Amino acid sequence: MAAAQTTSHVSPPAGPAGVPGDTSAVIVPYPEEAISRRRFAPIAKPSHPLLVKAQAFAGGVLPTAFMVAALLLVWQLLCGGADSNFPSPLKVWTESHEVIVHPFKGVTWTSIADNGDVGIAGHILTSLGRVLIGYSFSAVIGVALGILIGQSVFAYRALDPLFQVLRTVPPLAWLPISLAIFQQAGPSTIFLIFITAIWPVILNTAAGVQNIPMAYRNVAKVLSLNPIEYFVKIMLPATVPHMFTGLRIGVGMSWLAIVAAEMVQGGTGIGFFIWDSYNSSLLTDTIVALVWIGLVGFMLDRIVAYVGRIVART
Amino acid sequence: MKKRSYLALEDITVEFPTRDGVFCALDTINLSIEKGQFVALIGHSGCGKSTLLNAVAGLTKPTRGVIFLDGDVVDAPGPDRAVVFQDHSLLPWLTVEENVRLAVDKTAGGKTKAERRDWVMHNLELVQMTHAAAKRPGELSGGMKQRVGIARAIAMNPRVLLMDEPFGALDALTRAALQDVVMEIQARLNNTVLMITHDVDEAVLLADRVVMMTNGPAARIGEDRTVALHRPRARLEVIDNAEYADARHAVIHFLHERFRNPTAIAA
Repeated sequence: MAAAQTTSHVSPPAGPAGVPGDTSAVIVPYPEEAISRRRFAPIAKPSHPLLVKAQAFAGGVLPTAFMVAALLLVWQLLCGGADSNFPSPLKVWTESHEVIVHPFKGVTWTSIADNGDVGIAGHILTSLGRVLIGYSFSAVIGVALGILIGQSVFAYRALDPLFQVLRTVPPLAWLPISLAIFQQAGPSTIFLIFITAIWPVILNTAAGVQNIPMAYRNVAKVLSLNPIEYFVKIMLPATVPHMFTGLRIGVGMSWLAIVAAEMVQGGTGIGFFIWDSYNSSLLTDTIVALVWIGLVGFMLDRIVAYVGRIVART
Repeated sequence: MKKRSYLALEDITVEFPTRDGVFCALDTINLSIEKGQFVALIGHSGCGKSTLLNAVAGLTKPTRGVIFLDGDVVDAPGPDRAVVFQDHSLLPWLTVEENVRLAVDKTAGGKTKAERRDWVMHNLELVQMTHAAAKRPGELSGGMKQRVGIARAIAMNPRVLLMDEPFGALDALTRAALQDVVMEIQARLNNTVLMITHDVDEAVLLADRVVMMTNGPAARIGEDRTVALHRPRARLEVIDNAEYADARHAVIHFLHERFRNPTAIAA
């Protein structure tokens, strides 16, 4: 070992151990094929940045568009017959033409018509308003309760079994109770959303607080952070990802609940619209409503996820 | 009566309740550390080194015994005993600067905003991390994160600096670079340091004293070897030094002959 080190100072590095230094003078021709492999292809001229973006966009959207088109085609082929008892896409388009092309009937920037003759977007907006109120309550109260049971072992033992039981109660089962408490359709719908959406918010926030790594708690202890500093500097940032998981599930559940609630209570909203179209045997209108509900629910989920990313970054 | 040392651990016993009865981690440990001394604590895994360090930090309460720091009884964690954690424990949602800033804000009472900012930057400069002040821990390598961890600890102006296997998770070359950083800082600040390590060379190179612990349970201090090497020490010079070799020899003998790794004996 020592000998190898001393020789390496005077002569250029020899080959692998055991090969005498002077054999390295034999020149082995470099294979032609290898040389050609080492010639690089000319770098392609960069295409216009807008073009690159368009390509990326098309790559992301085209598969979905293709799939939707294929599904519509299959649906049309299956239900296109004259004696089919389920409407085909073309039939939906012709029979619910008015609903599809005039969603904003009766809706202005400031108000939604009161007389019931409202386009589908009007119903959606009414429902969204209710969701916004009910969901806000469940977000605020849910996060507060989640932090409480995440932080205090006593509160956890006292409340967690309760929450675990209550969260399995389906939204509609709350309706009679809700109506009994509030007597009116409006507040009881909002309560229904609140009581449906709050559980995932509570439980995920609590899990987030309980899972704050020991390392961060130790840092807080060594720095002697007071409870308020600990809350703002450690607990909130460490819990945000869990919290927003709960808030995302919550917003989805509140959207589920409102449709169910409005179907029973009637008057306005997208749930009422579906119930109404069913009673009027306008199945095509129901299909249009389903598409709207799906898209709006998807949007709500994306909005909450986006807010979560923004909050987690700051 | 004998004068009490700057950091004095007196009859420290730590016991944990377990399902099979009481587990005694540390048994009547007595350790005196003078101001400005750099003490390395070495021993096999599970011998209670971290428990001892946590007791000094105030994160673990000893079952019996008292720890004095400059005459004050230690009974809770506090910024006067800054800890460099093995896993660096930087807060991932804060930038490097904000991580150090959090510690400075808790310790630099009465300073203006600008003074605090300068102090943060000064400490980042000591570990050569000013260039990454605006980055988040996730963007840094393991060695860089630990540099920031060290900066955060020394920025608190601690009365004693506790290092819990600070370089345990780093590769050998990064570890050597960080050991140099620690030696440089120690030469400038002359902190009182208690450092846990697994690495014999690290212990002998950095420390004025190597405290060797017996295997747990009921670990005790087995041997206490002073490393009489002058400072500043240079890695390449000390390896040929007889005192360095002797100290190294003593530690290795302790760890691998007198108190072999219990798991190695079992195997």
